[in-house]
Amino acid sequence: MDNKIAEIKQQFLSELEKAENSADLEAIRVAYLGKKGFVTELMKEMKGLSNEEKKTFGQKVNVIKGEVTDKIAEKNQELKEKELQKEIDSMPEFDISMPPTLGEGSYHPITLVQRQCERIFKSMGFTVEDYAEVVSDYECFESLNIPKHHPARDMQDTYYLENGQLLKSQTSAAQNAIYKKYKDALVNDGVPIKAIFPGRCFRNEATDACHENTFFQMEGVMVDKNISISNLIYFMKTMLSEVFQKDIKVRLRPGFFPFVEPGFELDISCLICGGEGCPSCKHSGWLELCPCGMIHPEVLKAGGIDPDEYTGFAFGLGLTRLVMMKYGIKDIRDLNGGSLKSLTQFTDDE
Amino acid sequence: MFLSMNWISDFVDLSGIDKMDLIHRFSLSTAEVENEIFFKGSDISGIVVAEIKEVADHPESKKLHLLKVDAGDGALTDVVCGAPNVRVGMKTAFAKVGAKIGEIEITPRALAGYTSYGMCCSEKEIGISDDNSGIMEITDDIANGTEIKDAYEVDDIIFEVDNKSLTNRPDLWGHYGIAREFAALAGRPLKPLDSVDLSKYDSLPQIDMKIEDPLCQRYSCLQVENITKNVSPVNMRIRLFYCGMRSINLLADLTNYLMLEMGQPMHAFDSRKVEKLRIKRFDTPFTFQTLDGTQRNIDENTLMICNGDTPVAIAGIMGGLDSEIVEDTTTLTLESATFDAVSIRKSTVRLAHRTDASMRYEKCLDPEMTVPAIARFVKLLQDVDSGVTVVSSLTDERAFEYDKVSLSFDKKFVDRYTGIEIDNDTIVKTLESLGFGVELKGDDFTVMVPSWRATKDVTIKADIIEEITRIYGYDNFDVHTTETPLYPVRPDTEKTVEDKIKDILVKRFSLHEMHSYVWMYYDECKDLGIEIEDNIKLVNATNPNIEVIRKSIVPTQLCQAKINNTYAPSFGIFEVGRVVDGLREDGLCNEKKKLAVTLFSKAKSMEELYFELRDMLATLALDIKHLSLSYETIEATHCYQHPKNLNAVILGGKAIGEIGIVHPTVSKKVDKKANIVYAEIDVRDFAQAAADAIKYEEPSKFPGIEIDLSFVSGKFAPIGKAIEDANCPLVKKVEVVDTYEDENGKSITSRITFAHPEKTLTKEEVMDVVGGIIADLESKGISLKK
Repeated sequence: MDNKIAEIKQQFLSELEKAENSADLEAIRVAYLGKKGFVTELMKEMKGLSNEEKKTFGQKVNVIKGEVTDKIAEKNQELKEKELQKEIDSMPEFDISMPPTLGEGSYHPITLVQRQCERIFKSMGFTVEDYAEVVSDYECFESLNIPKHHPARDMQDTYYLENGQLLKSQTSAAQNAIYKKYKDALVNDGVPIKAIFPGRCFRNEATDACHENTFFQMEGVMVDKNISISNLIYFMKTMLSEVFQKDIKVRLRPGFFPFVEPGFELDISCLICGGEGCPSCKHSGWLELCPCGMIHPEVLKAGGIDPDEYTGFAFGLGLTRLVMMKYGIKDIRDLNGGSLKSLTQFTDDE
Repeated sequence: MFLSMNWISDFVDLSGIDKMDLIHRFSLSTAEVENEIFFKGSDISGIVVAEIKEVADHPESKKLHLLKVDAGDGALTDVVCGAPNVRVGMKTAFAKVGAKIGEIEITPRALAGYTSYGMCCSEKEIGISDDNSGIMEITDDIANGTEIKDAYEVDDIIFEVDNKSLTNRPDLWGHYGIAREFAALAGRPLKPLDSVDLSKYDSLPQIDMKIEDPLCQRYSCLQVENITKNVSPVNMRIRLFYCGMRSINLLADLTNYLMLEMGQPMHAFDSRKVEKLRIKRFDTPFTFQTLDGTQRNIDENTLMICNGDTPVAIAGIMGGLDSEIVEDTTTLTLESATFDAVSIRKSTVRLAHRTDASMRYEKCLDPEMTVPAIARFVKLLQDVDSGVTVVSSLTDERAFEYDKVSLSFDKKFVDRYTGIEIDNDTIVKTLESLGFGVELKGDDFTVMVPSWRATKDVTIKADIIEEITRIYGYDNFDVHTTETPLYPVRPDTEKTVEDKIKDILVKRFSLHEMHSYVWMYYDECKDLGIEIEDNIKLVNATNPNIEVIRKSIVPTQLCQAKINNTYAPSFGIFEVGRVVDGLREDGLCNEKKKLAVTLFSKAKSMEELYFELRDMLATLALDIKHLSLSYETIEATHCYQHPKNLNAVILGGKAIGEIGIVHPTVSKKVDKKANIVYAEIDVRDFAQAAADAIKYEEPSKFPGIEIDLSFVSGKFAPIGKAIEDANCPLVKKVEVVDTYEDENGKSITSRITFAHPEKTLTKEEVMDVVGGIIADLESKGISLKK
């Protein structure tokens, strides 16, 4: 019997040696430890033995059973490690320098700069208003203290439509509606009017690299009981320093616009030279940036606001001009030109 | 407009003040000064008055002469000169050896064998006129050797003010008004204009003159005789030249000089041609020859100066050729008038002829200036030509008078507007220096606006604020923030939705945002075979290619797709922009804000592309509104729409747009090989759809049951609807897991996931619902695949 045990053991060890994967090992396990396995079968041979012999033989079978179980577990561990290594080794090395294949979308540059400005104004408590492109003569002129035959209408070559309406030539066209929208809150609850209104404007003129018949402006107004010229200067300086992300010097010069009094041309210190004088500011150190002023009493009145009680300031930023300055766009027509070669370059810029 | 510091200094003593600093302050306080400032005379030196004592012909040159010149230094100087106008006894400007003209230094120089020790100069060489026909002829009695700069106002600082910045300041169209600003800025007094007292001619006869049209606000005139001189004094000619005008003759120069000095245009007629001055319009159009020789069409709106019924000048614009001063004119009639500014501006536009005079009249000139201008004119004329006699009394008629403007306010008003402290004394001094009359009682101001500011410029209290603050200087302002209470800022829903749409399309679907024009592109649409549908038009477009306002962004976007058809095999573009969908009932434009998306691909199948776009729209609705879209087949109505797969996009029960395929005829013109799909959504309708709130539901801890049902049907819509109609709360998810086609037709496999929050479902529990769905579909002819 001992010979048989030794024979089985010898055979087991030789087969175990040959096992290459977990399937082979499972087959070996079944062949030796399964219900009809060699080790299990050995127990059946105990039937004809004496009790004493049974005890000795039983112990021997148990030993070999333990040995086989341990060896299988050992082999199993070994095979698992091998397989894991094989899996690891089979992983190819990727070329991470391959160009990206996932396409990137793009915003129109006007959207990017408009959002940047909107964020600044929102942080200072301004509402962002949206306004129509087709407006009436009243909205664009009359309500802004620009009566018929006023020379200021000559300055603006306006696109008129067949029904007497027009394409707004300035974002100021939204002023009247905004005053009317918020005047009750101003008068009844003391909520100051603080609003910006970005929008598209139209001028009937020939286009070239510097002139467009379609462009964006952003108007802003603030109305309350004691809004002063001092506030206006403070505000413009703060706001423009945020827009350009550097400390900007501003200066005001008298400027004539019918909807403000006093009216100003606002210059900022040259962004290139900081005020020293360079070719881009024609050596003056200043760039003319935006018209602004104290809202004309007639304009407030047209909006239903009593100019004896309330004052306010208004300003108009050329969004299209800001975009061109920010990204160094030389031809204004690129903005509406629809070419993906230029427009796809403007990914998120927050 | 060019301005002379010398001229300004006639009226205000600016000695000891840095002129450049003052000009800079003028630019910040009054009107924009152009960057380039001209230092006249700075490039010449060593030029003196000299007399030609001898003239001899050059033996070898017909043109050259050999001169002996007395330059005041004791001996005669030898000069070789090529000018044709040399003669003995003539005084001229002489550049001595060592003199400088620009970059050139005068040295002894041999000319055809003779050495010239200096150079006789033309006016152009000195820079005081553009006359280069001969050497300067000096007729004034000036000692030889006198520096030309001492003899005449050659040295001057000339600066240019942007005319646009003067549109609202009629008083600044002459040096006197500018000098008033400089006086205020420098804190120095403004000198009165030197003029004659016209009342001494009151006993002389009146001129037969009558204003017959109220468009002439005031007409003042005077007759003078016995003018003997024809050439203007050198200094006058220099000033005119420096300010951009050519010297013509004494009378023309004087009218120009006066216009540049006082801003008042004047005209001189031959008195024989204006015996019966009438100012009126004519009922019927005619042609009229102006003094520049041009025949101009005059219509019934143009105000004319007439001799009886014969027109002699276009009021405020230009005189007529027939009434001009001619050689045998003995008596002349001086006109100094003001006209209705709008009328002059319109006539100027009609005639397409803008003159220095009309440019000033357009600004609403001060009608109180007409008489002082005549008084000043006579003074200047008599200074030059002392024999001139006045032969009429001042004849002056007004047909219109401006209201006197008086404004009252208090110190608090100034404080509130400025936000800084400016004391009463400063306010009074500032306003008075600008010519305002000021009365101050306690803190209450009453301000009388001077006539030259009262025509349109200063009419309200806020205008006074500007006067005070601009002279105070905006650079001197103490700036501070506002003291307004805080209130929440509520964002505009439509704007927020628009921003989200853009973010999703760019960030999630890699689309590219475009901008375009609000009108149809005729040429580009024609190339694509897209018909320009009738819609409201621009009435004054200068470019015939842009006339009809677009109803939809889609045609525009197809034009853009064509521009980019070689950019990449696949791309997607979108725009949020405006369109006008015809007129509303009230006749106003029905303006809408639309989102248009176009996908272009040479790589993807039409079906892939179409569903890609469908999924983008569905994502927008799910992400922004937590709502599902539904679709309804619609008929094609535009030439760019493919008749198949054209669906209305429905959100919350309302059609908000459409999704479709581009018609092959148009598509092939965009690109022969590309598949193109588009969608257009009304942004306002989308924004206004009520969003579904997020309703949180505890995830069931019990496993759900998935049931796959295959139906013989190509469409999911009826299946989805049947499941929805079953209205079973246990249905958690519905998906399409497979679609395929075999000989039995198209079939679709949908997977329904059931779950119960509190227990494990058994198959039996859901089979009732499934049975109902199957029965519902079978009743509609859609059978379960066995």
